[in-house]
Amino acid sequence: MGFSERFSGWRILKEGLTGNKGWTAHWRDPEPKRDYDVVIVGGGGHGLATAYYLAKEHGLRNIAVLEKGYLGGGNVGRNTTIVRANYYLPGNSEFYSHSLKLWEGLEQDLNYNAMMSQRGMLNLFHNDGQRDAAVRRANSILNQGDDAEILSRVQLRKLVPFLNYDNARFPIMGALLQRRAGTARHDAVAWGFARGADQYGVDLIQNCEVTGIDVEGGKVVGVQTARGPIRARKVALAAAGRSSQVAAMAGLTLPIESHVLQAFVSEGIKPVIDHVITFAEGHLYISQSDKGGLVFGSYLDFYSSYAARGNLPMQEHTMEAIAAMVPAVTRARLLRSWGGIMDMTPDGSPIIDHTPVEGLYLNAGWCYGGFKATPASGDCFAHLIATDRPHPAAARFRLDRFRSGQGLMDEEGTGAQHNLH
Amino acid sequence: MRICCPLCGARDRREYSYRGAALPLPDLAADVEVWHAHVHLRQNPAGPLEELWQHEMGCGAWLKVTRNTATHEILAVTLAEEACA
Repeated sequence: MGFSERFSGWRILKEGLTGNKGWTAHWRDPEPKRDYDVVIVGGGGHGLATAYYLAKEHGLRNIAVLEKGYLGGGNVGRNTTIVRANYYLPGNSEFYSHSLKLWEGLEQDLNYNAMMSQRGMLNLFHNDGQRDAAVRRANSILNQGDDAEILSRVQLRKLVPFLNYDNARFPIMGALLQRRAGTARHDAVAWGFARGADQYGVDLIQNCEVTGIDVEGGKVVGVQTARGPIRARKVALAAAGRSSQVAAMAGLTLPIESHVLQAFVSEGIKPVIDHVITFAEGHLYISQSDKGGLVFGSYLDFYSSYAARGNLPMQEHTMEAIAAMVPAVTRARLLRSWGGIMDMTPDGSPIIDHTPVEGLYLNAGWCYGGFKATPASGDCFAHLIATDRPHPAAARFRLDRFRSGQGLMDEEGTGAQHNLH
Repeated sequence: MRICCPLCGARDRREYSYRGAALPLPDLAADVEVWHAHVHLRQNPAGPLEELWQHEMGCGAWLKVTRNTATHEILAVTLAEEACA
């Protein structure tokens, strides 16, 4: 990347004084070649990050990312933008720890403003059992080397005075605070990885739906696409939300059910919520965007769905939870809501692994946790594709754990069964 | 989304709980691969899917519902006990 393409304060000043004529497109729009070393299916956050780290960390250059729509048009642009490393179980713990560290250096690495905001996340607890669980989780996070603090009700009240501490059913007794958690601008994360990958020579090919995966003698040899056949030595699937359909093209049936998760944004209001706040009651999470909109969500709708919209009962539940926990904002009007399609695995944890087809790699099953995983997912998937060995931080994200029953990562402790996550 | 219970009539989604794809139960002595597929693996279609719902807040009956997962349209509802008989 030449100096002239780098973003900097100096360059903004220069462009501002010269009519902003020097800005160019962030990435090329190449025609697909006939042959690549690696084809990545899915131009979302994880696919773009995978391409970026394949090029940057492993020196591969002959890479294509195939996207059926436009870059970042899927779940990376349809989430509540939360970044955190507060998982409890081995497997998830080291992976999300790795991810948060990558997040912290991401903007400098990509030379792109992802609006990373480590505003801190508060997980509220409402009873003794939840406090015990929070303390246990905090200790696990500390053991992993990340930060966690338990705040008493008095300490919490000083920090966020506007919550309903005396709700009769769910009084707020304190919180688990992770100061390094926060939010990032989701679209910018996709764009930053896309620009970074493009600058290493990766071909980002949009409007290029994969319609078939070519397998000969148990080995992948290429893909069929809306823009013609493309040969590839390795094919990497990063199509969360549509993983089952894409994998089926190679004859695979995945341990995944697709579910819809709704998210909501209010009209813009003055700054009121400085942190990301989650409530154990009703699984509500809420933060405030830089534009002033309250961004929030809660549970899955709890039925299989590919419709990128949800139903009213879960919307009602979510609004009730806000009215109960943050009555100060109940007069803010809802601006919009949408649904994202989640790859739900039986244990609620993801998959980054080989498949039974040689040369075909799988990145799937992100459940409702894909956004915060983006950099580490790309880094670990790239490591697997380039070296054929799992990255240590993602070594437990095995596809065969459901068959063997070993190494299940059921963070909620509800059981490794499809309708329980 | 409303589901028409054969016993109670059309009711709101809130009265129902979701079990997942309606799959035939394997033989108890079946191979571990068969059970692994039954418990974990899913066709997960974007389109019509036969699934099990329970009218939990109503009559309690288990229903076999054919529903389009891409549109949420309910295509057919029968009592599960009749569907399996």
